[in-house]
Amino acid sequence: MTQLKKTALHQFHVDSGAKMVEFAGYDMPVQYPMGVMGEHLHTREKAGLFDVSHMGQCFIAADDGTFETAAKALEKLVPASIQDLEPGQQRYSQLLNKDGGILDDLMISRLGLKGHTHQLYLVVNAGCKVADYKHIKKHLPKGVNLSIKDDTLSLIALQGPRASDVLGCLNEAVEDLVFMTHTDLQLAGTLDEPLYAHISRSGYTGEDGYEISAKHDDMIRLVEHLMTYDDVEIIGLGARDSLRMEAGLCLYGHDIDTTTNPIEAGLIWSIQKHRREGGDYLGAKAVEETIKNKPKRKLVGILPEGRAPAREHTEIQDMDGKTIGEITSGGFGPTVGGPVAMGYVSRKFSKAGTPVQLIVRGKARPASVVKMPFAPHQYYRG
Amino acid sequence: MSVYFTEDHEWVSVDGDIGTIGISAYAAKALGDVVFVELPDVGAEFDKGDEAAVVELVKAASEVYAPIAGEVTEVNGALEDEPAKVNEDPSGAGWFMKIKVADKDELDGLMNADAYKTYCDGL
Repeated sequence: MTQLKKTALHQFHVDSGAKMVEFAGYDMPVQYPMGVMGEHLHTREKAGLFDVSHMGQCFIAADDGTFETAAKALEKLVPASIQDLEPGQQRYSQLLNKDGGILDDLMISRLGLKGHTHQLYLVVNAGCKVADYKHIKKHLPKGVNLSIKDDTLSLIALQGPRASDVLGCLNEAVEDLVFMTHTDLQLAGTLDEPLYAHISRSGYTGEDGYEISAKHDDMIRLVEHLMTYDDVEIIGLGARDSLRMEAGLCLYGHDIDTTTNPIEAGLIWSIQKHRREGGDYLGAKAVEETIKNKPKRKLVGILPEGRAPAREHTEIQDMDGKTIGEITSGGFGPTVGGPVAMGYVSRKFSKAGTPVQLIVRGKARPASVVKMPFAPHQYYRG
Repeated sequence: MSVYFTEDHEWVSVDGDIGTIGISAYAAKALGDVVFVELPDVGAEFDKGDEAAVVELVKAASEVYAPIAGEVTEVNGALEDEPAKVNEDPSGAGWFMKIKVADKDELDGLMNADAYKTYCDGL
């Protein structure tokens, strides 16, 4: 059996009483003694701290030292507009294959610190990162380089309405960041010794909050310090999943993969208008055709009636019993107080309010197509 | 009235011909917050070890097996609105179903409370 990888915070998780599970080749905390329900609700009410160091962190920069060269190179691989990123701005996008299928989804930032604004910083999914790096390297032109930082940098997310107040105690500049911006700064304040971190106001829970990247040793110190705040609790991957599902956010390998394209997945918002036609990126032709002809199926929110959750791969039927799709993510939403799900349905059934039935353990259960998110987004937009 | 336990952490207490079935406190704690329980229909018949109910958690589902054979005579409808009773009082208000016991001899293959405690301590 392959040895599972450990993040720099592994011992901290074990000492915190985490239940550890294998996830994308890492030994990761799925829940702590508080339990998934409590962890989920704590994040929505106060602040949850997540170790997401298993995700991939890398940089792209050009030998000629210009942002333009690096941005142009990455634009060949993603449908999002990169060249118009301002220093310190962040965007969500997808790596596509030539058929428009999604190889991974990722966050792309242009660094904000003077002297570094020519660099792009990428965060990719743990389960895809090895393939992503290979794919990116293969397609970057000569003179544009990928540098992988998984061995030196840890990554955490601090999410929830109290995140800004807590992190503001270490540097109040973080309170002025708006959603999807990014900065590099020194954290000091109540810390014994200051440390440097990349901080973006983003996350994947639907809450206001931050993702913080720092060197491994600094991160251990930072996490131990953040945990001294009453508002902060450590949260596992279980609640991370229920939080992102309530926020209607796609999970790679479930709601999106190489068989789905960004238009079917409802991600057209992440493709800036000038790239929707005549886009020069891998998969552009397929994506444009789907926009033009409309997708055959769409990813929608599904709200089951009653309390029985409908899990991934549950069959979705129309009211006549004909199969119209499948659940891709489903479970219980603690904030909603009932089951929530996402799945693909044929386009004609994708309108909010459409009644459907879900086949759970052989029984048809009523549900309806609904608008997402299930829990309102709380992003800080200034 | 004696309570018997299975290695899968179900309990059954028998009063005359009627057995009441639930999951143990150990299981309720290990599973975490129960958000839904799928109960069988009254009249359903089980052999020992058949899947009798499903406990749904935030992230996953877990099967509950019949500790002994029998026919379901009653289910705990209160769990429909308050599945958390399973966590709060697994051996009382969090019971799942009552069955008409088919064969009392099957109880011999189960653990009593002391044996079950020793079993859990060893897990």
